[in-house]
Amino acid sequence: MKILIPTPLRPYAAGRSSVEVPASTVGEAVEALLASHPELRKHLYNDQGKLRAFVNLYVNEDDVRYLQHERTPVSDGDTLSIVPSIAGGRG
Amino acid sequence: MATIAEQTPQQPQQRRSFGTPVESPGTLTNDEVLRYSRHLIMPEVGMEGQLKLKQARVLCVGAGGLGSPLAMYLAAAGVGTLGIVDFDVVDFTNLQRQILHSTADVGRKKLDSAAETIAGINPNVDVRKFEARLTGDNALDIFREFDIVVDGTDNFATRYLVNDACVISGKPNVYGSIFRFEGQASVFATENGPCYRCLYPEPPPPGLVPSCAEGGVLGILPGLVGVIQATEAIKLILGSGEPLVGRLLLVDALAMRFRELKLRKNPDCPVCGQHRTITRLIDYEQFCGIRGEEKPATGKLGDMTPEELKQRLDRGDNLFVLDVRDPHEYQICNLGGHLIPLKELPQRMGELDAGREIVVHCKMGGRSAKAVDFLKQQGFTNVHNLVGGINAWADRVDPKMPKY
Repeated sequence: MKILIPTPLRPYAAGRSSVEVPASTVGEAVEALLASHPELRKHLYNDQGKLRAFVNLYVNEDDVRYLQHERTPVSDGDTLSIVPSIAGGRG
Repeated sequence: MATIAEQTPQQPQQRRSFGTPVESPGTLTNDEVLRYSRHLIMPEVGMEGQLKLKQARVLCVGAGGLGSPLAMYLAAAGVGTLGIVDFDVVDFTNLQRQILHSTADVGRKKLDSAAETIAGINPNVDVRKFEARLTGDNALDIFREFDIVVDGTDNFATRYLVNDACVISGKPNVYGSIFRFEGQASVFATENGPCYRCLYPEPPPPGLVPSCAEGGVLGILPGLVGVIQATEAIKLILGSGEPLVGRLLLVDALAMRFRELKLRKNPDCPVCGQHRTITRLIDYEQFCGIRGEEKPATGKLGDMTPEELKQRLDRGDNLFVLDVRDPHEYQICNLGGHLIPLKELPQRMGELDAGREIVVHCKMGGRSAKAVDFLKQQGFTNVHNLVGGINAWADRVDPKMPKY
């Protein structure tokens, strides 16, 4: 499946905007991504291994929090989006 | 880390309904009829809609990148009352995107410059100026006299404050946010829709947000996102179309792709859910500098001032100058130092000479302070941080050097 990497996290993923990984669940897809870009881990997960409160994962249009979290099944044609909060605008 | 503002919890205020026909109090003058004629001949706006716009009271939090197109288009469209909250002055680096302000305004209060621009576009607009940083103490008071709040801020602390104050006071929060060439937009805190905390329950802790030093924004992007916010504000006022409620619009200007994600009202949301844990406004600690820039580091052991560095270099001391900025910054200006971007430092320490005295610099001193800490942990003993970075060097040693 395809994983879309947002601009703020690209420096930790060798500048890539997307990667293709083989996976049958969201958790597998993220682990495959982290295996090739280990620096990303601390930006996605806290020390307890829980997805950070300012990062959301979407399979296609849907938030995995309302599916089966990391256990959400995925297939080849799906897109996983990592959507962190961003704050810019006034300055 | 977070402090709770001394304040009594507020009951949600009466929500003003949008989209219900108003009994046309007020009329348009002949001049206004002419000015808004392209609205008046559209059935979606018409006289009824134009009067709603005239009676509408919209608050723009921030008169910068997002606030510029927002305030200008809302003024042009005939929004009767526009509030603006800002405490900043216009800076040269703002002009690349903040079209409310012009070159002659550099050094003026953004509020004054904004009010003048708005009056130039449409003198019928009643501009209410709030010269303040939005805080837990003043937010609800300021919001009270408005129907819609548009979030054009630039930091997490204020964004959470705007959201929570909108939920508590029952006012929609027209949200927009940008980073480099990516943007997000949505409408939060409507009666049945999700709020910002449904999406992101907590702000990121300081230090984990993508390095502030790697910020920057494509100048047109706040235009794109700010106009989306203005469009949503006008739709809310008119009560027409499908508002961006329960949807997060993602804009990638580089790929020029717009995507949409579904948002849900989170039943466990700490501020709008069934078991609310946040009933008062929280003043999160500001981090990353108020404008999302590095904070200049000062007064620490191992610091070196630009004047000292100049003296040492002129004297011919054998210093190793290490520049930990990114290559595109090096192209803007440099001190001829050895370039290793901060994030590559752990892998490229072999390029450093541990026997020499090392002076590390970046743009303002934030990243270089991190590099100095890191190098000391790795056993380097003779390492200094150039206080205030290359910008301080430009200010105090070499005025011909460009600042950015």
